[in-house]
This record gives sequence, C-alpha cells and structure tokens, in this order.
Amino acid sequence: MERPLTSNIHPDRPPLNLKEYEMTGGYGALRKVLKDMLPADLQKLVQNSNLKGRGGAGFSTGMKWSLVPMGENAPHPKYLITNADEMEPGTFKDRLLLEGNPHQLIEGMILAAYAIQADISYVFLRWAYHKAATFLRKSIQEAYDAGYLGKNILGSGFHLEMYLHTGVGRYMCGEETALLNALEGKRATPRAKPPFPQISGLFGKPTIVNNVETLCCVPHIVNNGADWFKSLSYSEDGGTKVYGVSGKVKKPGAWELPMGVTMRELIEEHAGGMKPGLKLKGVLPGGASTDFLTTQHLDIKMDFKSVAAAGSRLGTGTMIVMDDATCPVGFVHNLQHFFAQESCGWCTPCREGLPWVEKILLSLEKGEGRKEDIELLEMHTQYLGPGNTFCALAPGAMEPLQSALKYFRDDFDKHIDHKKCPYGK
Amino acid sequence: MLTATEIQAIDHEISLVPYKKATVIEALKIVQEHRGWISDESVEAIAAHLEISPAEVDSVATFYNLIFRKPVGRHIILLCDSISCYIMGYGLLYNALQNKLSIGFGQTSSDNRFTLLPNVCLGCCDHAPALIIDKDLYRDVTVEQLDDMLNKYA
Repeated sequence: MERPLTSNIHPDRPPLNLKEYEMTGGYGALRKVLKDMLPADLQKLVQNSNLKGRGGAGFSTGMKWSLVPMGENAPHPKYLITNADEMEPGTFKDRLLLEGNPHQLIEGMILAAYAIQADISYVFLRWAYHKAATFLRKSIQEAYDAGYLGKNILGSGFHLEMYLHTGVGRYMCGEETALLNALEGKRATPRAKPPFPQISGLFGKPTIVNNVETLCCVPHIVNNGADWFKSLSYSEDGGTKVYGVSGKVKKPGAWELPMGVTMRELIEEHAGGMKPGLKLKGVLPGGASTDFLTTQHLDIKMDFKSVAAAGSRLGTGTMIVMDDATCPVGFVHNLQHFFAQESCGWCTPCREGLPWVEKILLSLEKGEGRKEDIELLEMHTQYLGPGNTFCALAPGAMEPLQSALKYFRDDFDKHIDHKKCPYGK
Repeated sequence: MLTATEIQAIDHEISLVPYKKATVIEALKIVQEHRGWISDESVEAIAAHLEISPAEVDSVATFYNLIFRKPVGRHIILLCDSISCYIMGYGLLYNALQNKLSIGFGQTSSDNRFTLLPNVCLGCCDHAPALIIDKDLYRDVTVEQLDDMLNKYA
C-alpha cells in the first residue's frame, strides 16, 4: 500500500533536512513544473486528480485555484496561504505532517503558488505547535538558501516569499476569511462572501487558502500523475487520507490510508478496537462539528460522499469515539462549551444561542432539566443551522447536538426523568 | 513606552505588510514576549507606535485568548479541556491541579509561580489527556506525574 504523504515520516526521529528530502526525490516536482509546465497546466493536473480539500469542506482544490484571476491584468501581489491552524477538537493529523516532513509542505506551497502565480505565501500556524514552528522556520530558511524560495526560483523567473505566522489562539482563525482578518491584524471574525478570497482576499488581493494535508499531496500528484493519485483511493475522491482515531480505543493514532477505507477497519484494525469492557456507542467521524454516526454505520466508506450519505461529514477525517460508559449529554455539553466559548460574537444567533444551548445541557447533566428543554434544544438546531449565521461555526456546533438528540434521546430523557446523570456524574 | 528592542522587532514586521496597523497582533506578541502580559500602558504605547487608537489595539488584544491582559505567573499551564481529553479524564487532572496549587482556571498561585488556564484541543488527541507548561507539551498525563512535572518549573 502506497503512503506518499507519510512514508518519509518517522515520529521518533527529527524530520528530513533539505539534503535528505532531496535524496528522496524532494523538490523534483518543483524542478519539473518550473521547467515544463504552465500554471494553467498545473491547475488542470490537480483538478484532474480529484484532490479535494482536506480541511473539512472537501471542495475540489484545482477548481478553487481556477477561480483566481490570471494573466497580465491580474491584481498583484497574490497570496497563497497554508491553513495550519488545526484546532478542531479531536483533530491531530496536520501536526503529523507539519512536524514529520515540513519540506513536503513547503514544496507543495511553492507549487500551489506557481499554479496561481502568487507572490507571497504564509503558513498560518497555531500557537500551540511549537515543535512544528521550529522545524518550519529552519526548513523555510534552508529552502531560501537553496534557491527554492525568493527571487527567480531555479532561474525560472518565478518569485515567491514565504513567511511563518504563528497565531495567538481562537478556533475562529481556522475559518478561511477569519484567518485573513487575523493575518491583517484584526479580530478573527468572518467576512461576507462574495467576494470570495480568490478574488479579494488578504489585503484585498486574490488569495488561496489551503489546508496542510491538501498542499502536501501536490508534489506527489506532479511526480506521479493524476491517474496514479486517483488509483490510490477506494472512492471517487483522489488520493490517500490521514485518518485518526481518539477516545477509549486500544491504540489511538493517525494513519495514512487509501481514501474510502471503512470506519470499521479504522476503529477495529488500526485503533485495535475498544478498550476492555467498553462498547462503541457513537462516533464523530471528522471532528467536533460533525454529526454522530453509530454502530449501524461501521461499514460505510470514509470518503466525502459516503459519510454525507450516512448523514454526517468526513470533516477532517479524524474521528472521536464515544464509548458506552461516557455520558452522551456530558459529551455534547463539552462540545457546546467549546463552541460557545469560541464563537467570535459577530452574529447574534451564534453569540446568544450557543451559550443558551450550553446552559440547557449543563442543567440536564446536573439533573435540573425539564421536558421542554428537549424542544428548546431542537429549536436551536434549526435556528442555529445553515443559512442563519455568518459562518459555519454554529451550524457545525449543531451537528453533534441534533444527531445526539436523534440517536441518544433515551439518555436525554433519563436525565430528566431520574433528575440525575445516569452515568454517575 | 516601548523599548528599542521592541520597536526594532515591530518595525521589522511593519516592513513586511502594506500598512502599519496590520501588525497589531505581532506587536502584542512581541511586547508580551518581553513583559509577560499586556498592560493598559502597553496598549497605549503600541497604539501610538502604529498610529491607531488604544481602543482598536484593545479590541484585538481582548479577542485572542493567548494575549494576556492581566498579569500572569512565571509559568503558564494550559490544560486541554476539549472532547478527547474530556473522554480520557482531564477532569481528574484539573481537580489535582486545583488542590496542589490552590487555584482554579484563570487564577495565579499566591507565590506567582503558576497561572492555570483551560485551552482548546492541543492536537494530540491520540495521547490524551494533554497539557502545555510554557512551551513544553505533556501527553498521556496522569495525576501521579504532576508533582515531578511541576517541580521542573521554579
């Protein structure tokens, strides 16, 4: 089984330096592209590979790039930004790639920048990833010294600057347009779309924001072709995927596997199944803002379409497993506490609704809930749902709540009927 | 008043962006790196240097949870309270830390040694529960390990 993204990652060793990365064929894709390919060719190649954004939304990467104005009259500077603000609860896949092989990301970024003819690139890295920051700083400098960054890269006439920006917290920075505001030194609130960042992004200039894992795929697509990339996958979405499992399983972890492996294979084989004495009760397949799936869904393929057909989202592909000794009401309360705290306060439904939801869930957990509270929660899943808010934070928050009410309704009722948490909290 | 070192670092950031104001966050990070936290005086000094109002600087400073607008202890403990650490029992660590340091979230110990803060998912959910002290990440943390861990920070 091919694992292009992680085959050179050894978590117990420091990442490859420039020389070692070059020995594995590193920066070969960049040489090839600068010599033989036009930006439009590279856009087309990535579009043909069916690479879909690994940050959670699953939008075609090549399609996203194709919306950037090109040619002599295009506004400059254009920007290429890596979203390395991994802060979705339960998600730890980009950390593996950032700490494990920073040059792979840098090469992917230079290629993406070439495809859209960007002048300036940023890695927007969350503050907590200190190790990744150290490795990235060193690797970016090595890339400059080797002539892969800066003026006239490898004599091609293409210029690119690259900066590392470390954040100062707030989940909202992971939202594409809020990230742009943060980079402009503002509060990380979302922007109205349109205009989309491809037209008017950072400092009002054309901008592409891509996830770490997405960009890491690009050098491999260039080296091996679109058909090869598609052949890695068990589904129509191209490539491999870095999946993860956390919770009370025997061997929590992250693994690069063909896109479209089943949830069962991930949990039972790679994560070793549940810890002794525990049963699987529910799964958030792709981070905190995805709908619960349950044991009846274990055989679905973990790709964008199949998970959506089952009523959830692939999201980041890093799943959180809920066992049968963990209280679903307490679990969802923890999630809503997170979302209420991280709401940027920009739009009313999210700012006012999420703390209300959090308080209702807390009162249920303490045995002070009333029958009407369930209706109130259900009402919120509608009012904070898609179309009523500025960005996807509140609708995302409602996904685990609405599905918990659907699959674990008994547990909610028991809290009310028995006036206490049946899980002994 | 900003120091010459702080001004030099902020001016370098200004040279990389289209206008001064875009460096508010960088300026806050630089001043906090030197002084530990952001006082009202620091807000005013940054505002004067970037030629914007103190309110504009403060609106940014108060938005981001890792910019501290109150004095903090010599060391900062960030305990992950997100979902994977919740499942794996961060609550036990929180109770133990409260007892050992006699402080809750948002407070600083009386000897000014530690400030204890909750933090969202630290991105090592396969090694939950996790916490960060200053810049050091600790994973698969147990209550038994806490004493040795804390003793490393004077």
